Amino acid sequence: MDRRSALKVLGLAGSAVTALVSLPKLAMASWAKTAFEARSGADALQNLYGGNATTPSDAVKLKAPDIAENGAVVPIEVETDMEADSIAILIEKNPSPLAGSFNLPAGTKGLVKTRVRMGETTNVTAVVKSGGKLYTTTKEVKVTIGGCGG
Amino acid sequence: MSLSRREFGQILSLAAAGSMLPLTSRAESAMFDTAPYGQVRLMHITDCHAQLNPIYFREPNVNLGLYDAKGRAPHLVGASLLAEFGLKAGSPEAHAFTYLGFEEAARRFGKVGGFAHLKTLVERLRTEYGRENTLLMDGGDTWQGSATSLWTRGQDMVDACNLLGVDVMTGHWEFTYLEDEIRANLERFQGEFVAQNVKVSDDALFDGAEAFDEDSGHAFKPYTLREMNGFRVAVIGQSFPYTPIANPARFIPNWTFGIRDGEMQELVDQVRSEHQPHAVIVISHNGMDVDIKMAEVVSGIDVIFGGHTHDAVPVPVAVKNSGGTTLVTNAGSNGKFLGVMDLELSEQGVKGYRYRLLPVFANLLDADPAMSQLIQDIRAPYLPQLTEQLAIADDVLYRRGNFNGTFDQVICDALRVQLNAQISLSPGFRWGTTVLPGDAITFDNVMDQTAITYPETYVRPMTGADIKLILEDVCDNLFNEDPFYQQGGDMVRVGGLDYVVNPMAQMGSRISEMRLDDGSVVEATKSYQVAGWATVGSQSPGPHIYDVVAAYLRDQKTVRIQKLNSPVIRGVGSNPGLADYLG
Repeated sequence: MDRRSALKVLGLAGSAVTALVSLPKLAMASWAKTAFEARSGADALQNLYGGNATTPSDAVKLKAPDIAENGAVVPIEVETDMEADSIAILIEKNPSPLAGSFNLPAGTKGLVKTRVRMGETTNVTAVVKSGGKLYTTTKEVKVTIGGCGG
Repeated sequence: MSLSRREFGQILSLAAAGSMLPLTSRAESAMFDTAPYGQVRLMHITDCHAQLNPIYFREPNVNLGLYDAKGRAPHLVGASLLAEFGLKAGSPEAHAFTYLGFEEAARRFGKVGGFAHLKTLVERLRTEYGRENTLLMDGGDTWQGSATSLWTRGQDMVDACNLLGVDVMTGHWEFTYLEDEIRANLERFQGEFVAQNVKVSDDALFDGAEAFDEDSGHAFKPYTLREMNGFRVAVIGQSFPYTPIANPARFIPNWTFGIRDGEMQELVDQVRSEHQPHAVIVISHNGMDVDIKMAEVVSGIDVIFGGHTHDAVPVPVAVKNSGGTTLVTNAGSNGKFLGVMDLELSEQGVKGYRYRLLPVFANLLDADPAMSQLIQDIRAPYLPQLTEQLAIADDVLYRRGNFNGTFDQVICDALRVQLNAQISLSPGFRWGTTVLPGDAITFDNVMDQTAITYPETYVRPMTGADIKLILEDVCDNLFNEDPFYQQGGDMVRVGGLDYVVNPMAQMGSRISEMRLDDGSVVEATKSYQVAGWATVGSQSPGPHIYDVVAAYLRDQKTVRIQKLNSPVIRGVGSNPGLADYLG
């Protein structure tokens, strides 16, 4: 099977999985809603993890473009070799900075790829929860009106 | 190791010994004396912008370097550049590398570049070194910049590069054609196209888009390995990282770019462990400041042959990193220069190098007959249109520099007059050739400044705040402290608008005191009619820019710049990248 067919199969499987995992969300809605609607990254983390003390760490690898090709769909990848319980992504200048949080069952490789929206140049912070602590890496992603290149 | 700066200056100055005489064959041998050294000769052209025939090209008098880049190559102009590299004022090299005395020197030394003359030089360098031990690399911006390249969708340049013997290339403006056209041109191209930083997007892969490697997502071959003289040389491609931002993404929706310095490091490490090359080379379209930073953060590259920023830098910049030293070059534009680096190699890698950035003075080199014929054949169907004399230049008309050049002013004036606008905007491209006073401005010349695949113009109301936002945004692409956030063009050109710029200020506060030509203050909430071209988002509705400019010039008869809308520069103090500035 080539990569394309594999991707298609995975894509189908993926949507099934999404449907399944979204069921428990109903139960969690009360606390996740607060975190996702929080107006600051610190509030979002407080709501999500019950604490917002973070430590910058090289063990959190954040891949994001220096300049976004399209601010509406900016590819973000977070990877860590730490034993991670959860990975969250904060877009500092978005009205609601928490763009996503991913709960990782024990033994899962800490790798998350997603796409986020940002209206203006902003810091992006990847947060990894490991051993009850929050580790972060931050990178600025520039959003520009484009054009005028030589 | 490399020539010292002093030796370099001496050799180049030989040609100037008879400086009151026309260029002679004696000067020719001095100018192109490249005594072979080492075992492998790497030749480099970049950013020729489809200039098949010899041209004039005025180097900038404003090329500001800020923060760490202040006073460092390539941010040196005029006398500062001559002093740094030991070049003699009044010499042919001083003319090639600086704007000093441009008009007089251009008349004395004649035109530069041209593929027929370049072909003669390349053949000479290959023959004297041993053809099989040489490699000719092209950094891209080759298929765009002239009427014939636009009208043949880059195909004329593919044919010219095949005849020139280009072995490896990467790209930028090549990506302003459509994917099918790009693939057809690459099919026709007899060399290899390499790019480690162009990926097929996940969505496009999912929909079945073509890729060089579906697993890695590389749209093109990331590197090639060449064996010469018993040594292996790896050449990695680095295309312009911000193509879908600086140019329309709509032409190439399947591809995604970026600097991808982390992946560059992984690739260098992989190439070194898999093939044990004696040298690892990058052919790059990053722009020089981005290349210098990439050389700091990525280790294991011996030389980055750079382009994009059109900087004619006579001596490589040696950049220290965790793995040793990486050399970074930049080889000018418009076919004006040929970079030549001879490498001394051993089993342990690069032992030494010699580098020359040779100015291609057309008067010193015979035109290669086969290339001349090809160029003639390419142009023949279009010749009547190309040679139309639209007006006579009464000033030196040029573009290059951080702010408005005189030819930009002509374009901006044309936009305002023809489209009835108060203010005009024109992109800060770095390509575009120069016209001397007294010479006719032909349609060819206009196309040299405007031949792009998104030439449509617009005229629409904008508030003063909108206009400031645009100026601030482009200014940050030019003057951001971190080179990885710079896109490598110059400042957007303006017509009917004066302003003050403080490049050292933070984004959002660099631009102030915006005024119309009549002196009235541009108000944030007031609406102004603004004309422009080269929109990257969606296609604009107006006539093509080259037709707008041509119509304007036909009415003008002679062109003298009445007012140059170049901003007042504040906050940079004395800077070796700024001289003879009138703003």
